[in-house]
Amino acid sequence: MTDAHRAILAIWRIAQPRLITSLARMLRDVPLAEDLTQEALVAALEHWPATGIPEKPDAWLTATAKRKALDHLRRRKMLARKHAQVAHALEQDEQTMPDLDSALDDDIGDEMLRLIFTACHPRLPRDARAALALRMICGLTTVEIARAFLATEATVAQRITRAKRTLSESGLGYETPRGPELSQRLSSVLEVIYLIFNEGYSAARGDDWLRPELCNEALRMARALIAVKPREAEAHGLLALMELNASRAAARTDAAGDPILLPDQDRGLWDRIQIRRGLQALAQAEELGGAGGFYALQAAIIACHARAGMYADTDWARIVSLYGHLMALHPSPIIELNRAGAVGMAQGPAAALAILERLRG
Amino acid sequence: MRVMYLVKSNHPGPPTPELGAAIGKLTEREVKAGRLLDQGGLMPISMGAEVRIADGKLSLIDGPFVEAKEVVGGYAVFELRDKEEAIAMAKEFMQLHKDLMPGWYGTCEVRFFATPPHNPHP
Repeated sequence: MTDAHRAILAIWRIAQPRLITSLARMLRDVPLAEDLTQEALVAALEHWPATGIPEKPDAWLTATAKRKALDHLRRRKMLARKHAQVAHALEQDEQTMPDLDSALDDDIGDEMLRLIFTACHPRLPRDARAALALRMICGLTTVEIARAFLATEATVAQRITRAKRTLSESGLGYETPRGPELSQRLSSVLEVIYLIFNEGYSAARGDDWLRPELCNEALRMARALIAVKPREAEAHGLLALMELNASRAAARTDAAGDPILLPDQDRGLWDRIQIRRGLQALAQAEELGGAGGFYALQAAIIACHARAGMYADTDWARIVSLYGHLMALHPSPIIELNRAGAVGMAQGPAAALAILERLRG
Repeated sequence: MRVMYLVKSNHPGPPTPELGAAIGKLTEREVKAGRLLDQGGLMPISMGAEVRIADGKLSLIDGPFVEAKEVVGGYAVFELRDKEEAIAMAKEFMQLHKDLMPGWYGTCEVRFFATPPHNPHP
């Protein structure tokens, strides 16, 4: 990729969330809006190397994307006429057409939410949700997603195509869940974000730089979600969990790339700014009544470490209690094992051994 | 990567209402995209102070300050993918000044946060 291409891609990525949400509103179809947003990028890549990047690239991209959407609406209208296919579609188009300008300027909040929920639809396989989210919300290219997930480009491309077809064919391409469905759908979104984060967090030294970058994509996605849906406690809990985990990235491995365990980590390498953001997000989750949430509890455990200046200062009693709540919410041998570790630190090895014995039995 | 923008100018006076509104819109867009982490405007240096070391001596300068000097008037912290994104963002921000506050001059410095040497997560 040339420097010019990289510069164009960067400009497009910045404009991308607004482009796709505006087009989705015009077309009432998120996957289609994504296609046309990509087409605007292709047009920029074709034109700008020759003409130079325009003074207001955002306006250029917006105008191009809008033109493509209008072309599409016209084509659809003609098709509808040809097949004498109900006045309904026409009528819908007529209703959509006059709003175009305001649609592009309007607040993108609701559309962003719709975009996030569509990309992370529980109807789609997990891998497809992650790929679609990275593509539609973060503007990653198929090649970049493939590199980040150590998959082939063909595999990822197929995943995305299939997922978009599933959405379109089942009429799920433009809807926002409300009421009781919302919480179930939200958990699917959070699951996808956390999956992307963990993929990045497990990156090893020497991996493609895009892999650890997935952590930042996940953080961005969580912040974007919270910006449009600020009262969901578990979203704040997940953001807290990710910020606090990511804050230790620099201390987690040595120069050779081997892991350094928590007691031996140089806490001076922990990212204090990120810790502060993590603690703020956790406080927000708790304020919204979400202290007992799955992500918030895990974040609260890491927060105990983040607050301790030295390993010896760690509040193990609180960690034991938090693991207890986590166990009650989500029983698992791994959580119980971690709880045993914390009990060992708080009450001594005998108490921990008792838990381990029970686990074995 | 984490980026800090430092906007420096010695142009007097607050932004025009148009520029203020446009920056507000940009800010909202960037918060909703999850990229903007923090930002703020700073009061003029005449209300602040400088503590300086020169020739091994520590001194306090509490004004008056040389007016011709460009000073930081505002900052923003973003989380962005790469240097290209960082530059594109700065250009968009500065273009707003060019369009909506004629006569304004200044610099937007694009600075990346230092990361520890072993950090696989730049």
